[in-house]
Amino acid sequence: MASAPGTVETPRGSSLQRPRGGRLPDQLLKWGLTILSIGVIVLIAYFFLRLIDESRPVFAETGFFGFVFDNAWVPSKNLYGALPLVVGTLITSAIALVIGVPIAVATALFITELCPARVKGPLTVLVEMLAAVPSVVYGLWGFFFLIPKLRPAEQWFSDTFSFLPFVGGTVSGPNYFIAGLILAIMIIPIVSAISREVMATVPSENKEAALALGATRWEMIRMAVLPYSRGGITGGAMLGLGRAIGETIAVTIVIGNAPVIGDTIFSQGYSLAAVIANEFGEAASDPVHRAALIAAGLVLFLLTLFVNAGARWLVTRAERGQRAARKPAAGMAG
Amino acid sequence: MSSLVLPPVSGRRRRADKAARVLVGAGTVAALVPLVLILYYLIKEGLGAWSWDFFTTDPTGSFLGDPGGIKSAIIGTVLMVALAAAVAVPIGVGVAVWLVEFGRESKLALAVRYFIDVMTGVPSVVFGLFVYITLVVGGFGGTSFAGWKGSIALALLMLPVVTRSAEVVLMLVPNTLREAAYALGAPRWKVVFRIVLPTALPGMVTGVLLAVARAAGETAPLLFTATIVNATTFNMNDRMNSLPALIFQDVGQAQDRLVEIAWGAALTLVAMVLILTVIARLVQRRSRLS
Repeated sequence: MASAPGTVETPRGSSLQRPRGGRLPDQLLKWGLTILSIGVIVLIAYFFLRLIDESRPVFAETGFFGFVFDNAWVPSKNLYGALPLVVGTLITSAIALVIGVPIAVATALFITELCPARVKGPLTVLVEMLAAVPSVVYGLWGFFFLIPKLRPAEQWFSDTFSFLPFVGGTVSGPNYFIAGLILAIMIIPIVSAISREVMATVPSENKEAALALGATRWEMIRMAVLPYSRGGITGGAMLGLGRAIGETIAVTIVIGNAPVIGDTIFSQGYSLAAVIANEFGEAASDPVHRAALIAAGLVLFLLTLFVNAGARWLVTRAERGQRAARKPAAGMAG
Repeated sequence: MSSLVLPPVSGRRRRADKAARVLVGAGTVAALVPLVLILYYLIKEGLGAWSWDFFTTDPTGSFLGDPGGIKSAIIGTVLMVALAAAVAVPIGVGVAVWLVEFGRESKLALAVRYFIDVMTGVPSVVFGLFVYITLVVGGFGGTSFAGWKGSIALALLMLPVVTRSAEVVLMLVPNTLREAAYALGAPRWKVVFRIVLPTALPGMVTGVLLAVARAAGETAPLLFTATIVNATTFNMNDRMNSLPALIFQDVGQAQDRLVEIAWGAALTLVAMVLILTVIARLVQRRSRLS
């Protein structure tokens, strides 16, 4: 740690003494940056309070729980029950996790444990490129490629497995499943990156011990790598969930924008983020409608806040636990 | 000692190993299939729309006659993202410097880190909404929708990314460098500006470029703040077009001519973002700290 300068007493008149004015820029820098940092906190707090304040008109009509749990979103009749939107957000995010997380973890496992060292770098870059594609481009591609190409397969699945819950009936073009699938693709890079980071921290002693005892590669992964990185992977999945919940434009394009709770995963629906993007234009002249959209934003904000806080907690705990576990072995080097 | 003979791995375990390897490999392929498909379709559909006129004329919004090009969208995206970076980078780097050099593990620093984390998780649409209710609705600055308001929304998105990445790089600056400078009698501000920041510069450039790439592709915050227009403008106090917003609008219209424009614009946007990302990675590889 660099210690603060100027704390050492120098004899008066010594040439080592700092000129009187020399301390001023230091103080300016220190307090300027401190104020800047406090400004960030103030900004977020103001942000949150402003959202609450602006959404008050709709809460005055329905109450917070009425807003979240009423199943009727009909702006023309002044009905603002956001349940269809909340359900849409949760269904699409759940589909995204179910599809995206196993693929992301498999990718991370392949890159860290199975693939030849030469393709490690390029493969990592390719997976990261998925994160570089803008959301609206995913929407464009989903709308003009995924929806028409997958429709026969979805219909077949719907007919064949109609005994399953939430499956069956006629598949609509834009639907929950397509939105979930796009979200799955979008969260793969983040979940995979975090899983890879945690897997890289698995001590090679553990892996070598498993291999030395005669474990196959998969048994080594199952007994040494996965248990060790479970917390981190869960945290990564939750960060992905946070992304999926807040994702707007891609979902808006492919979810169908019908403010009802669909019967199956192949029905049209709506999500909190999509309703904001779609309706804010019409809401400009209607204060209650606008308040309802801001309230939808507030619910979205709170949802992502909880999910992300949980995720951070899991990831830091996983990393800390590993650091603590490694310390006795690594000694002073850690 | 006699030589140790290990029993052969049983068939069941071998098959399980094989099956698991195939599954993991298949998962990896499954992650790459969408990337290949998206890039293939982008190039196939988008390249056809590219022409000299495509980049040098404004969109007309009409699908009957000439749909025009994407000039105003390119200019709008570049201007708004540049202004956003000009706002977010100094603030983000300043907060990171404070965290590493002054705040360290103090209560306030922990709080700042926590709030920066919170900001990272806030969906971009909510940032757009925030700027909408604070700046657009009240007609702040004399206009309702304006390019600079879009920039503010994008800057809010970039801020946590810049701060986080800058903080990580600043922590990597070896303490011996700081101590050497202090030992030579350098004041603190000089150590920050002449030693710490220059050493960390390449790494911070990477973080900034990645943040810029992310902001360039954002649609939702721009819809409420800069909206969508056809005409080119260099006046940041005017409504401004942007590539993502243009694509979003054209997809919504679902008219063949406009969809063609959308593909061309999407290819342009992805090309811009990928170039930024590649430069970011190259700078990172050059950096001594990593």
